Amino acid sequence: MTTRYSAFSLFKEGLAGQTGWQPAWRSPEPKLSYDAIVIGGGGHGLATAYYLAKNHNITSVAVLEKGWIGGGNTGRNTTVVRSNYYYPESVELYGLAHRLYEGLSKELNYNVMLSQRGMVNLCHSTREMEIGARTVNAMQINGIDAELFSPDDVRRVAPIYNFSPDARFPVFGGIWQGRAGTARHDAVAWGYARAASRLGVDIIQNCEITDFIIQGGRCRGVQTSRGAIRAERIGMAVAGHSSVLAAKAGFRLPINSYALQACVSEPVKPILDTVVLSPGCGVYVSQSDKGEIVIGGGLDRIPSYAQRGNLPTLEGVIAGLLEMFPIFGQLKLMRQWAGIVDVVPDSSPIIGPSPLPGLFLNCGWGTGGFKAIPAGGTLLANLLATDEHNHISRPFDLDRFASGRLIDEAAGSGIAH
Amino acid sequence: MQLFPCPFCGPRDETEFHYGGDAGNARPDGADVPIDRWADYLYLRTNPKGTAREIWVHMNCGEFFVMERDTVTHKVLSSAALGGEHVA
Amino acid sequence: MTASRLATGGSAIDRSRLIRFSFDGTTVQGFAGDTIASALLAGDVAVVGRSFKYHRPRGIWGAGVEEPNALVDIGGSRATPNTRATTEPARDGLVAKSVNATPSALADRNAFLDRFARFIPAAFYYKTFMWPDWHRFEPRIRAMAGLGTVDADWTSPGMADQINHHCDVLVVGAGPAGLAAARLASGAGLTVTLVDDQQSPGGSLGHRAAEIDGKPAAVWVKETIAGLAAGGHLILPSTTAFGIYDHNLVGLNQRHLDGRPDTLWRVRPRQIVLATGAIERPLPFANNDLPGIMSADAALAYLRRHAVLVGRRIIVAANNDSAYEVAGALAEVGAEVRLVDIRRDGTPAAAANVRLIKGRSLASASGKLRVDGVTLDDGTRFDADCVVVSGGWTPTIHLFGQAKGKLAWSDARAAFLPGEPVGGIAVVGAAAGAVSLSEVFAGVEKAFAGKENAATPRSTGPEATDGILPAWPMPGSKGRIWIDYQNDVTVKDVELAARENFVSVEHLKRYTTLGMATDQGKTSNLPGLALMAGITGRTVPEVGTTTYRPPFTPVPLASFAGARVGELMAPVRRLPLENVHRASGAVFQEYGGWLRPAHYGGNADAERSIADEARRARQSVALFDGSTLGKIEVIGPQAAAFVDFLYYNTMSTLKPGRCRYGFMLSENGVVFDDGVLVRLDEHRFIVSCSSSHVAAVHARLEEWRQDRFGRSAVYIHNATPDMATLTVSGPNARKLLEKLHLGLSLDDADLPHMAIGHGTYAGDEVRIARVSFTGDRSYEISIRADHAEPLWAHLREAGQALDAIVIGLEALMILRAEKGFIVIGKDTDGTTLPHDLGVHGPRAKRKTEFVGRRSLFTEEASRDNRMQLVGLAVPQGEAPLPTGAHGIKRIDGRLRSQGFVTSSYQSPTLGRPVALGLIERGATRHGETIDIQYLGKISKATITAPCAFDPAGDRLHA
Repeated sequence: MTTRYSAFSLFKEGLAGQTGWQPAWRSPEPKLSYDAIVIGGGGHGLATAYYLAKNHNITSVAVLEKGWIGGGNTGRNTTVVRSNYYYPESVELYGLAHRLYEGLSKELNYNVMLSQRGMVNLCHSTREMEIGARTVNAMQINGIDAELFSPDDVRRVAPIYNFSPDARFPVFGGIWQGRAGTARHDAVAWGYARAASRLGVDIIQNCEITDFIIQGGRCRGVQTSRGAIRAERIGMAVAGHSSVLAAKAGFRLPINSYALQACVSEPVKPILDTVVLSPGCGVYVSQSDKGEIVIGGGLDRIPSYAQRGNLPTLEGVIAGLLEMFPIFGQLKLMRQWAGIVDVVPDSSPIIGPSPLPGLFLNCGWGTGGFKAIPAGGTLLANLLATDEHNHISRPFDLDRFASGRLIDEAAGSGIAH
Repeated sequence: MQLFPCPFCGPRDETEFHYGGDAGNARPDGADVPIDRWADYLYLRTNPKGTAREIWVHMNCGEFFVMERDTVTHKVLSSAALGGEHVA
Repeated sequence: MTASRLATGGSAIDRSRLIRFSFDGTTVQGFAGDTIASALLAGDVAVVGRSFKYHRPRGIWGAGVEEPNALVDIGGSRATPNTRATTEPARDGLVAKSVNATPSALADRNAFLDRFARFIPAAFYYKTFMWPDWHRFEPRIRAMAGLGTVDADWTSPGMADQINHHCDVLVVGAGPAGLAAARLASGAGLTVTLVDDQQSPGGSLGHRAAEIDGKPAAVWVKETIAGLAAGGHLILPSTTAFGIYDHNLVGLNQRHLDGRPDTLWRVRPRQIVLATGAIERPLPFANNDLPGIMSADAALAYLRRHAVLVGRRIIVAANNDSAYEVAGALAEVGAEVRLVDIRRDGTPAAAANVRLIKGRSLASASGKLRVDGVTLDDGTRFDADCVVVSGGWTPTIHLFGQAKGKLAWSDARAAFLPGEPVGGIAVVGAAAGAVSLSEVFAGVEKAFAGKENAATPRSTGPEATDGILPAWPMPGSKGRIWIDYQNDVTVKDVELAARENFVSVEHLKRYTTLGMATDQGKTSNLPGLALMAGITGRTVPEVGTTTYRPPFTPVPLASFAGARVGELMAPVRRLPLENVHRASGAVFQEYGGWLRPAHYGGNADAERSIADEARRARQSVALFDGSTLGKIEVIGPQAAAFVDFLYYNTMSTLKPGRCRYGFMLSENGVVFDDGVLVRLDEHRFIVSCSSSHVAAVHARLEEWRQDRFGRSAVYIHNATPDMATLTVSGPNARKLLEKLHLGLSLDDADLPHMAIGHGTYAGDEVRIARVSFTGDRSYEISIRADHAEPLWAHLREAGQALDAIVIGLEALMILRAEKGFIVIGKDTDGTTLPHDLGVHGPRAKRKTEFVGRRSLFTEEASRDNRMQLVGLAVPQGEAPLPTGAHGIKRIDGRLRSQGFVTSSYQSPTLGRPVALGLIERGATRHGETIDIQYLGKISKATITAPCAFDPAGDRLHA
C-alpha cells in the first residue's frame, strides 16, 4: 500500500497501475461516544478535527457530515485566499489562516495548489484611492503585505482590463496583496480529511443532526440519522445552516442565510494571471489552473436556503465582468451554482462558546470562509480543547453584538469581505 | 427570477423588492432597555429554513408588507400590507 | 475512416450554395445547411481536436449539443473559443481552429503526453508538485490546460438583445413529442412558444423513419409547423432552453445566422413542456475514444440530413434496437456494415445487407489517428474505417433536474426518468422514456388530458423499439476505456477514485473531473456512475446523480450582460444643468452616484483651477450647483414627532421658517447622514439630506412611517429630482441676490442665518434657504428643475460685476474642510457615533425616543478611547498630509494605528494645509503632536480643533 504522496510514489504506482493507493480517509461506523464532535464536514469542520488531533492530542473525534465532505461552501466558493484586511483583529485572524495556508500542502502531504498570484482590489475614483490608501496603510501598520497600485501597476498585472477612457469604472489604482491568490478548494477539504483520518479522527458522512442531547443545561451529544452520538465538547461549523442548528439548540444567531452565486466560463488558455476585484463592477475574477474564468459577485438579495443560481444576480455580475474585461465577451458561461452563506451584520465570523454550554460556534463567515479555513479550524479546536478563547478568537465572540464592539471591515475600509 | 406579490401592485419581479427583516421584530424603546434585549432586536434573526414571515418593501410603490414564503422551495405562501388591509 | 458526401440526398443541405471555410489552415468545402462538423466529415477530416489532458486525437462523436470532442475556436469578428462544431452552422469564409492542439489537431506537439498517462491518472496533481513548491510547476501546468484561446484583438459586435416573453405553454424541443404537444396546446386555445436547438424542426423525425397520420414524417412536421405559425404561435429554431430558474422562469439562448450576437430570452410560461429527447451513450471498449468512433444516431443524422456517409467499412455496435435502422441505412447506400449486438436473444431483424453478429461485444478498437479495426470479445478482428455505437439512450432531463425534479431509475430503460411531477412542468417523449411514436403521443395526450383538444397525432408507420441490455463500463476491464472523452476520464480513473474512497457521486465528479468538461457530461455521467455502482456493489440509483446546474449548454456571457454595457451597466445620476456646466468648461466626476462638476476651466491645470475657485469664493461670491442635495418633504399631523424620532437632534422645537442642522443615525448608533432640516410650517418639513444618501434616507423615512407611525400620520415625498438648488455663497452673496429681485426681503432681520424665505423668479416660486456649507454667508435657491437654467444664467450674468466665480465640488470640499465641516462617509466611517463628532447634547439630554438611541450607551459607545473628529496641522512649510495616512503609536513594541486622515487640502485662503481626521481620544488631545505614516514614510502632525478658518463664524453674517 502506498500512503505517502510524492512524485516518486506516483511514479511507482504508475508502474503498478495505480492500484496500491489507500482510501484518502476512512469511513468507519460512528461510535457511541467521542471526546469531541465536530458538526459539519466542510473545510472548517475537518480542519477543526485535524487541529484537535495535531495541536491538542485529542484524537477521539468525530466529524459528522450531513452529506459528503466538502459539499457545502468549501466546494462552492471561488477559492480566493487573501488577508488584505483593515482592522488588527481581522488581520490576526486572516493572517493566521494565510500563514497556515502557505505551509499547508507540505503539512498535509496534499497539494492544495495554493497559487499566490496576487490580488488587486481596484479603486475607481480619487475618493476610492483615498480609502485605498487608508487600507494599505492600515495593512502595512498591522504587518500585512500591501501596496498601493498606480494605474500603470494595474496595467502590468492585468493588461486586459478595460483601460478605455470611456470605461464606466476607470482605474485610478488599487490595493495589491502579492501573497494573495487562490487554492484548490476541494483539495483543502480532502487534504484535511486525509490528515485527520490518519490521526484517528472518524469522518462520518451521510450523518445528519436531528437534535442535540441536552442534559443538566449542557450539551452532551447529538441525535443523528445514524443514531445518538455523545460527547462533552461539540463544535459546529455548518456555514449557511448555522441558524438551523442553533434553533435545535434553543438559541438564535445574528445571521441571515443568503445564496452567493458563482460561475465559470469554458476553459481557455491562460489570459488572466491574477485575482482582480472591482468594487464598482461588483465582481471578482480569476482564472483557474484548468483555464476556466472563475467569476464571483455579490450576494443574492433574498434570504434563501436554496442552493441554486438565478438570473438577476448573474446578469448583473456578468455585466460587471464584461465592463472590467470586454474581451471576455467572446466567452461562454459553462456552469453556474450557488452556496448558502451566513450573513452577519458586521460580516465578521462568530467564533466562541454558544449560549448552550458545551456547544461551540464557528459560523458567520459570510462570503469569505474559505480563505479562513486553517484559522477557523485552529481556533475552534483550541476552544474545544481548552474551553477558552485565545487572543485571536476573543474579539469574534458572540458577545460583541451586545457590547457593540463589532468588527465591520466594510465600515472601516469600505471593502466587503 | 422569483415573482413576489405586492399587495398593492400584484405579482412583480423579485428585483423590484427589498428585504426588510423578520416580521414581528418589535422595537423596544428607551435608553434603559436591557442591552441583551436591544441586541436581540438589533441583530438576532430567526432565519428559518422553511416557512418564513418577513417584511418586504416593493421599491416601485414604496409600500412595506408582510410576506410568508418558503426559504427552500421559494414558494410564496401569502402577502399582506402591514396593517393587513390589502391581501395579494 | 473514409467518409464522403453522397451524390444525392441530404434534407438539410442546399447543394446550390457552396461554402468554403478553413479548419486548422486547410480549406474545407461544404454546402449551405452544413454544420462545421458535417462539412468536416464530408471532407473526411478525422482528427478535429485534442483531449484536455492526454492530448489524444479526437474525432466527431455526435451531431448535437452533447458533443464532447469537436470543439473549435472560431476566429474573426465573431470569435468564440470552444465552439461545438456539431451545432455551429458552416459559413463561407469562417476560420476555425482545433482547440488544445499546436500547431494542429493532426500534428499536436503535446501528443507525447499520452505516453505518460499511467503516471498522471485522475487527480495526480494532488499527490505531487509539493516539493519544492507548487509555484514552480504551476505556470507550465496552466499553459497546458485550457482548451480554446481568447482572441486578444476581439471587439464586441454590439450589445446582445434580451427579451422578456410570456406565453401559456413553452414547449422545449420540436421533435415528435414537442410538435404534438404544441399542436394539442394550440388546439386547446393556449398561446404556444416552441423552441428547438436545431436549425430546422423535427428532431429525430429529421432522420428516423416514421409516418404520422398517414403522412411521411417530413410532411407531417412541415404541416404541423405551418399550422402553428398560422395560429400566431412563436416558433424559435436554433434556440436552446438552457435553464429553469425560480418560479419556472426559463432562459433561452437564441442563435442567429446573420452574425448578430445571441439573444437571451426570459420566458415566463404558465406551463412548461419538456420534449427534449434523449442522448445516445457510447459503449465501453478499449480505445473507444479513437477518431472514427461515433454515435450511431449521429451517423444516421449525417447521412440523411447532410448526405454524408461516415465510412465504407462500418462496424455498428449496439445493445439496443435503435442501431438497426442505422445499420440498414448505412448498408443501403453502399457501405459494408457489420452489426455487433451484445444481445443473444430478442433482437429485431437486421436488414438483408447487414451482417448481424449477436451475443458479442467490442473488446477493443485499434488505430492511431483514426480507427482501423475492432476486436470482439471472442477475439475476432474486423478491419473497419468507422465504428458507430449505440450504448442506449439517456433522457435529456437536465431542465427537469434544474427545477428540482426528482428522478426515478428505470430498469427497463436503463436510465433515469423524471419522477414525481414538478408543478407547471410536463416531460414528454423520449425525455420521459417513451420509445415508439405511439408511446410518445400517448404521453403528450396525457399531459393535456382534460383540455379541449385537437386530435392527438397517430403513428401509422414503423414503430421504434428499445430492448436495451445494459452495457455499462465494468470494473477490471482490460485496456483504456474512456468515459469522459473531453476530460480524459477512463474506467481506471473511476476505479482509482473508488479505491481512494471518493465514492460519493459528487466526489467522483470532482476527483476525476468526470462530467465537468464543456459538455457537462451529457454522454459520460451515467456510464460513470453506473461504473461506480458496479465497483461499490450498489445500484445506480443508490449512487445517485450529481446536481443539474444551468446552463444546459454554454451561453455567451454577452447574452447575460445585454444592454448593461458601459454607462448602462451602472447609470449615473445627472444634473438638470449638466449641459450648461459642460459649456462652461466643467470637468465632471462621479460623486456618490452623481455626475457633478469637479471644477471648471478644463483639464489642463486642475489643481490651479480648484485652488483659484476656492480662493476667489472667499473673496467675493461663488456660485455652486447644489441640485443633488436631498429635498424630501415630510408632511402630516405627526410630522414633528416623526422628525424627532428620525433625528438625533430634537427637531420639534424648530420654528416654522427656520432650519436646523442634525444627524440621522442608524439603529446601531452610527451616524448615517447629516444635513439641514427645514420647517416650512407646523406640519411640514423638508429633509435636506446629503446627495449620495437621498434614496436611502427616503427608504428609511418610509420604513419608519409605515412601521411605527402609520400611513395617516405623515406623508413623505421625495422632491429631490423636481427641484434644482443653486447656491450663492460669499461676502457678496447678498449683493448678488439683491440684483435678482426675488420678491422677498433679504434683510438679516427677515432672513437670518438658518432661516428660509419664499420668493418668485420669472413667475416660478423659489425657496431660499440661508444655510452654509462654506462658512460664508450663503443662500440656497431652489427652483423647479426645468426652469433652473434662466436663473443660473441670470446669476452668472449679474455676478460678473462682483467678480463672481463658479465653483465645482473640489473647491467646495476645500472650503468646508477649512471650516471643519464633515462629509459623512469621508470624515466618518461605519463606526462613528454622534458624540465622536463632538455632538454630545442629545445623547446626554434627550428624553424622547430616537433611532439608534439605545446603541449610544453600549460598552463600545462608552469607551474613552474612541476615535474623534479633529483637525490636523502640519509643521510650517510642509505639504498637505496625504488623505488615508494613519496616525501611529507603539504598543508593546508593535505598531498600531491610532486613527487616520480623512480630508486634507492646501488652503489657498490660509496659505497652509488643512486636514481633518479621526484620532483616538482626539478631542482631548488638541495641541499634541503625533506621528503620521503614509506608505512607510513617517511625518508629524499636530492635533487641533477641526475648524481652521473663521472659528467665531463671523463671516456667516458678514
